[in-house]
Amino acid sequence: MAHRLRQTVEHIGVPRLMIAGFLVIIFVIAYLTDMSVPQLITDSLVRVGMNGILVLAMVPTISCGVGLNFGLPLGVLSGLVGALISMEMGLAGFAGLLAAIAFAVPIAVVVGYLYALLLESVKGQEMMVGTYVGFSTVAVMCVFWLMAPFKNPELIWAIGGKGLRFTLTLGNHFGKVLNNFAVFQLFGVKISAGLMGFFLLFCLLIYLFYRTKVGIAMLAAGANPVFARSAGIEVRRMKAVGVVLSTVLAAIGIIVYAQSYGFLQLYMAPLMMAFPAVAAILIGGASLQRATIFNVIIGTVLFQTLLTTALPVTSRVIQGDISEVARLIISNGMILYALTRSTGGK
Amino acid sequence: MERARRVLEMKGITKQYFGNTVLNDVSIDLCPGEIHALVGENGAGKSTLMNILFGMPVIHSTGGFSGEILIDGEKVELLSPAAAMQAGIGMVHQEFMLLPGFTITENIKLNREPTRKNALSKLLRSEFLDYLDIPTMRKDARTALDRLDLSIDEWLPVAGLPVGYMQFIEIAREVDKKEVRILVFDEPTAVLTETEADRLLGSLRRLAADGIAILFITHRLDEVMAVADRITVLRDGETVAMLNRDEAVVERIAELMVGRKVEKVELPPRDTDPSDKDIALTINDLLVDMPGEMVRGLSLSVRRGEILGIGGLAGHGKLGIANGIMGLYSAAGRVSKNGDNIPLNAPDQVLLKGLAFVSEDRRGVGLLLNEPIDRNIGVTAMQAQHKFLRPWPHFLPALRLENRGELRAYAEEMIRKLDIRCLGPNQPVRSLSGGNQQKVCVAKALALEPEILFVSEPTRGIDVGAKRLVLDLLVRLNREHNVTIIMTSSELGELRKICDRVAIVYRGRLAGILPPDASDAEFGLMMAGRVRKEAI
Repeated sequence: MAHRLRQTVEHIGVPRLMIAGFLVIIFVIAYLTDMSVPQLITDSLVRVGMNGILVLAMVPTISCGVGLNFGLPLGVLSGLVGALISMEMGLAGFAGLLAAIAFAVPIAVVVGYLYALLLESVKGQEMMVGTYVGFSTVAVMCVFWLMAPFKNPELIWAIGGKGLRFTLTLGNHFGKVLNNFAVFQLFGVKISAGLMGFFLLFCLLIYLFYRTKVGIAMLAAGANPVFARSAGIEVRRMKAVGVVLSTVLAAIGIIVYAQSYGFLQLYMAPLMMAFPAVAAILIGGASLQRATIFNVIIGTVLFQTLLTTALPVTSRVIQGDISEVARLIISNGMILYALTRSTGGK
Repeated sequence: MERARRVLEMKGITKQYFGNTVLNDVSIDLCPGEIHALVGENGAGKSTLMNILFGMPVIHSTGGFSGEILIDGEKVELLSPAAAMQAGIGMVHQEFMLLPGFTITENIKLNREPTRKNALSKLLRSEFLDYLDIPTMRKDARTALDRLDLSIDEWLPVAGLPVGYMQFIEIAREVDKKEVRILVFDEPTAVLTETEADRLLGSLRRLAADGIAILFITHRLDEVMAVADRITVLRDGETVAMLNRDEAVVERIAELMVGRKVEKVELPPRDTDPSDKDIALTINDLLVDMPGEMVRGLSLSVRRGEILGIGGLAGHGKLGIANGIMGLYSAAGRVSKNGDNIPLNAPDQVLLKGLAFVSEDRRGVGLLLNEPIDRNIGVTAMQAQHKFLRPWPHFLPALRLENRGELRAYAEEMIRKLDIRCLGPNQPVRSLSGGNQQKVCVAKALALEPEILFVSEPTRGIDVGAKRLVLDLLVRLNREHNVTIIMTSSELGELRKICDRVAIVYRGRLAGILPPDASDAEFGLMMAGRVRKEAI
């Protein structure tokens, strides 16, 4: 019995049990202080569905041997451009969402491929270089947002009529189309089948991808490049496929994120986009060499639930407005903790 | 030379790693001014013996050793490298331990610099703040370099010097240590060109003439003959001979190094014996750029259905052949199978041509250690030949799903046939024993259904019982499935046990082909490169 228990603990991992335990405590405190627990769960689920695909984007780069994709903003920017084109055309609802994805994916493929070429030449330091590629591209795109030839008055500054606004409202476009699709209630918890289903659909697709010939080749190339070469696998090409796939997922991820948030944020907003995703997958138990769909789901649920619930509960307990400070401490503290667990956190 | 006094004696040294005896009652001694060569193949126990002499932590953390070490006739306990240095033992490493940005002088004197007091260091009574005495340092360095007959400026930075010079600076550092009376050279010529090696041998003689006792580890026999006063031959952790200069000849040493009692086993007969009339694989003028195992223009014909052994001393290129043909290292030359040209440097195409390879580096190249047995067995065949995949979509094989059922069934069949001891096809290969991992590697190659199978060092690092099983398996594959096998091994004994012919490689070329029942002396001669015999 004790042995079985230890095995279970080892399988799930101590860090995850600790965070889960902490979450339970938070929910108990919330219940004791008369907060609405179902509401907290509802909010957490929305955050999970909103961020899930961005976390999923970490899986291909880890498994092809490039490591965590700190260059995630590249995919995010591709997604934003796709969304803007869809909005410029005045598409609304599901058509708007699908058009945004359809425009974003080819851009992400090209951007991802160029990014892969760059990473190829800095082998061994992909994560550090990726971070700075992300940062500098965000800055370059700030110029693009100002110069881009968008004409739709909803998108551009009201005065002067040139350049995109900081924050664009999606209400008239594809805002919340997934969130509001097939919503049902369970024990007072509102669940959006549209949002969760979309996330789980992508999880399933990626799971299936890793059971195809090319997916298995990518796993082998990441786990042991010499082995892969001896099996006739072109390691460089597999890395490129992994990076492109990750960039595409990031592009789709930001579109889902934006529709759930209701706003499209331009300029410096994508700058730090990689960090919460990195933190989530590491908390989920992935290492720099190995990540599974299970890591994605468990990591996103733990990280986002903690972020969503810890804040209202602490401000309720402390009785004062420390929200911004607390938010920074909690979210960055968790990212820091996750980075120290980059070996899989057993 | 006085033979009466011994500066170093190692007596009855026995060392076990995890119940595996790697050194058994080995004794060696050194007189002042003597060059004593220690020769033996890879794995003969040379490095373990040196690790013991230097009190390396790896020895003491694995249970220590038995036997005793005497310096100047007194028993010493060398529990750490520092203690060994204090006892006057110096070591010249195979890899250079030099700081590239520092000058030659600084490298030689590092952490042993002569110093001068200054006001601050006097005030604080701290040696850390003393000035370095640069002129004395340079003088000392100059003296050390002169003893090696090296005229290079002692104030040059090490970065950018030719490799040969770095080796000499390494030696100069040891020579500069006043207390050094015993110097160990661990394959110092491995990275040197021939002229550099000659100079090094000259320095060895000069140092010996100064009264330093030298222990010279190498497997280049001509160097041994050139400088050694006495020669100790190690094989399988035992001293097989101690020869004086006058009684040693290269052939005899080579024979002692590799000779093993060949237990003659009756191999199952064939219907038709392989012959030169039916050639399966022709290798013409093969060049392979594999570091440490360069192949420099090798030509060889492999008969269909035979087991061809490839032997030779380490570093002469026997391992490069299979690695080059399979595309793992860049290669040039012409290789053809049944008259069909095999493209080089293209691993995927070689696998399609019916060639397969069991690598000598089982854990590094052969396996995905964290993946389960079935995936390890199937992944090469899946990638190279589209096996174990579902049929749909036809037009895009890359997106076909893996057929888990088929793969699992195949893995289970292999586990049964090759007797892989495991918990099931799901077990990660990391947790298997060496012998069972090797069987997984063989199963992986068999999944490709090869006509020609390269096997390199199939028994390296696995225990005696498992060695037999692996060899029996190769014979069975050859006889029952008619696979032509090209087996490369450092263990001549096992080549002679199961091969039809044994090709010996010397300096990257074919030295000759011998029948397995040729005498030890013939093998020894050929491995030492003394004759070129026509293929039989």
